[in-house]
Amino acid sequence: MVYFLILFSAVFVNNVVLAQFLGICPFLGVSKRVNTAVGMSAAVMFVMALATLATYLLQNYVLVPLHLEFLQTISFILVIAALVQMVEIVIKKISPPLYQALGIFLPLITTNCVVLGVAIQVVANEFGFINNVDAMGNVTHMMNLAQAVVFAVCNALGYGVALILFSGIREQLELSDVPRPFQGVPIALITAGIMAMAFMGFSGMV
Amino acid sequence: MEKSSKLGLILDGIVKNNPTFVLVLGMCPTLGTTTSALNGFGMGVATMCVLNLSNIAISAVARFIPDKVRIPSYIVIIATFVTLVQFLLQAYVPSLYETLGLFIPLIVVNCIVLGRAEAFANKHSVIDSACDGLGTGLGFTIALTAVGLVREILGSGSAFGWHFMKGDGMLAFVLAPGAFLVLGYLMVLFRKLTDKA
Repeated sequence: MVYFLILFSAVFVNNVVLAQFLGICPFLGVSKRVNTAVGMSAAVMFVMALATLATYLLQNYVLVPLHLEFLQTISFILVIAALVQMVEIVIKKISPPLYQALGIFLPLITTNCVVLGVAIQVVANEFGFINNVDAMGNVTHMMNLAQAVVFAVCNALGYGVALILFSGIREQLELSDVPRPFQGVPIALITAGIMAMAFMGFSGMV
Repeated sequence: MEKSSKLGLILDGIVKNNPTFVLVLGMCPTLGTTTSALNGFGMGVATMCVLNLSNIAISAVARFIPDKVRIPSYIVIIATFVTLVQFLLQAYVPSLYETLGLFIPLIVVNCIVLGRAEAFANKHSVIDSACDGLGTGLGFTIALTAVGLVREILGSGSAFGWHFMKGDGMLAFVLAPGAFLVLGYLMVLFRKLTDKA
């Protein structure tokens, strides 16, 4: 049940793009074609799951025991940057077709705030619908490792849903006659605004 | 543009290369933190501080950094300043720190900061880079305050916290959709105005 709540909340209610404004730059940048949008979403999902796993372990087994929480921002971004680089090298070696498909998107992901944003949320936020029991026997609303990874994957799914839907609309927009000052980014933003309005229908459900 | 004056560098960042309306960089904080004019202004100033400090530091040390590791080095420098700003805000303006929340650590991945480091600071002098950081930062602050002000007026019927209207405004403008719509229309307006000039 809790995993379903995580899924529903991450994909629809608190959609990373349309409700939390994370990852807007690639959202506007790579959403001109449906197939690039699919590639980008897959790459984000892959990196985000790994990054959240790594940063969760880093936070709970290195930074907190050593009282180094103030290094959170620096260490998280370094871990993510290193991870992206490593993923790129590994994919290039073991699966050239996958590298062909994801390759160009990987370097972009380091500066995609979705990855860092979700990693920080997982270790910093409390989630009302989660009731775990910690080592002391107290109830805590923090996520455990499995929930954190699922949360990351679901957020990436939400990102993918928004990105792919949006790219479908933008393909149509290219064929329509848009007034000159509206061309490009402004009309895309207004479209996203209307999409966000539609997603607001889900608010308050979890 | 090669021999531009210091003032020219600053103005360039505000109008001709406005990071939000022209270059369309740093969209996440622009949309996420502008629920009111003051929040937008606070975020703008925080980003401007980081941008200025990182521009100065990077232009000072750029020649000692090997080309291959420059991006990770820039990120570490930027992250250091972000952490600094984060703790200063937490200590002196805790209410702003609470509202901006996640978006403060996310200044690290704001493409404006890394973009200026890569495109300007690493090939110019410290003073020029400081001017560039100031101009770009001011451009960003003005844009964020403008978006925040429009959203606050339409969404809660107030300006900079001053209620000039009874009751609430249109809630949608404070929530997510309003951010996209207001930024979209302001961008159109900015284009229209700068086109004529």
